[in-house]
Amino acid sequence: MSIFWELPKRLSMKTEKEELSPKITKLKELTYEIKIGQAMTKDVVSVSPDITMCELREVLQANRISGTPVVENGQMIGIISVEDLINAMGVCSPISTTNNREVTSASQEKMTMASVRESMTMTSVRENMTTTPETLFADEPLARAVSKFNKFHFGRFPVVNRQEELVGIITQDNIVSAMLKHLETSYYQEESLIYPTDRILTDRILEDLIADEVNLILRYHVNALDFDHAGEASSKLKKTLIRLGIPPQIVRRAAIASYEAEMNLVLWGEGGELHVKVQPDQIKLETFDTGPGIEDIEKAMQPGYSTAPEWVQAMGFGAGMGLPNIQTCTDEMELESTPGEGTHLKTTLYLEANASGFLGEGATRGRETNPQAFGHA
Amino acid sequence: MTLREILEIIEGKTITENINLDQEVKMGCGSDLMSDVLAFTHQGTVLMSGLTNPQVVRTAEIAGIQAIIFVRGKYPPQKTIDIAEEKSIPLLASKYTMFETCGRIYASGLPSCGVFDLTSHQWDAKFTGDE
Ligand SMILES: Nc1ncnc2c1ncn2[C@@H]1O[C@H](COP(=O)(O)OP(=O)(O)O)[C@@H](O)[C@H]1O
Ligand SMILES: [Mg+2]
Repeated sequence: MSIFWELPKRLSMKTEKEELSPKITKLKELTYEIKIGQAMTKDVVSVSPDITMCELREVLQANRISGTPVVENGQMIGIISVEDLINAMGVCSPISTTNNREVTSASQEKMTMASVRESMTMTSVRENMTTTPETLFADEPLARAVSKFNKFHFGRFPVVNRQEELVGIITQDNIVSAMLKHLETSYYQEESLIYPTDRILTDRILEDLIADEVNLILRYHVNALDFDHAGEASSKLKKTLIRLGIPPQIVRRAAIASYEAEMNLVLWGEGGELHVKVQPDQIKLETFDTGPGIEDIEKAMQPGYSTAPEWVQAMGFGAGMGLPNIQTCTDEMELESTPGEGTHLKTTLYLEANASGFLGEGATRGRETNPQAFGHA
Repeated sequence: MTLREILEIIEGKTITENINLDQEVKMGCGSDLMSDVLAFTHQGTVLMSGLTNPQVVRTAEIAGIQAIIFVRGKYPPQKTIDIAEEKSIPLLASKYTMFETCGRIYASGLPSCGVFDLTSHQWDAKFTGDE
């Protein structure tokens, strides 16, 4: 899972002095409390400038990273990323000197993988790296990193100590993980102190988010047919929403919709992405997959319609109630699908108190029809 | 109704450790269909199920199910127990069938989850003629 804050544009225009005003909100406060050194990744993979781009590719792949600092004699002399690798591939192409893009791409297509690989062994990291990269100091507050990510659109910054020695690397994911970790610990502390104020506390954090016009975006990757982990994304989402102080009934609806959507990615979509955007007034929940798509959306939406084979039913799934459940639990739902290309589900839940939904009408009716239902217990 | 009372009524056993047997459940639902559990339960429901795979526990967590009773004397695999311990969802066992387990508990006064719009529309359309 990766989480990041979509930062309000105006943040980058403010001076640091303004941000330190007494009206500073909890989240911003945190970015001054936490040091870059606490949030960064410490085990940095670095490469020598003399390895070939071909070797670089293997290093990036093996470590699942998209960029890495270049170090020579203990000094960081540059940074190199996947983009540089792609650029290098272009330069290696025989006709790349031409300005005509069509010709270039056509000839690139003809170029065999072997010749690309061969040319990649002839160019070194030194020739392709960015020299004098932007860096951050480990003892600076996280706020510095936030403004630098806003200013330069790089994926990562090397972190150095005051002797200019490389000590770590920081990404936007690192920043949010560190902030969430801090929020979590302060919750536990306050919860055990005075339980009843817990709600007030969580409300306040959501208000902080609102005040900041910060959108929290949660992204989960869901694997096809992985039943050991199916549902985990929605389970994590549920916890995070509770932590953010979203009202429990809305959390339950969001979790149910997300779980049904996640199961559809697992079962039908050949895996995919679940993205949740928490905004001050609504939660937007979307899934994307590049699976087989849906031929007849109207049919798929009917309660009870399912293409589930027997082994799926044996697990308790395939009742054909997933899409109808999602519709009942959300305030808006849009399902787009192209057979052979994939499916895109878009839903919205309003955070206002009287929004219609899962425990609105249906539950009221339940109570009326069965007068015992709530009186007993 | 407390879990302790339920255990007496169904002559059941506990599966997970450290269950607070004095916790109250408000209503019950018997189902082997996960989507039905999500659609037709409320917070605080006790779920009776003949399925014992880990997905039952995950579904229960998402739906806010308070406890799960496995019927027909079925014992869940370790993976299911592990997840239930992790999520603090009590697992209980009943040697009786789904019908009898639910029947005993219902007859002792625990209500069902009620009738939901999602299905009552269909009922009205097919049987009562008004929608
Ligand atoms: N992401 C998807 N990609 C392809 N087909 C899908 C997708 N989601 C749903 N479907 C199709 O729509 C049908 C109905 O979905 P749903 O209402 O969730 O019921 P169920 O998952 O129980 O079959 C599925 O059986 C499947 O054929
Ligand atoms: Mg489904």
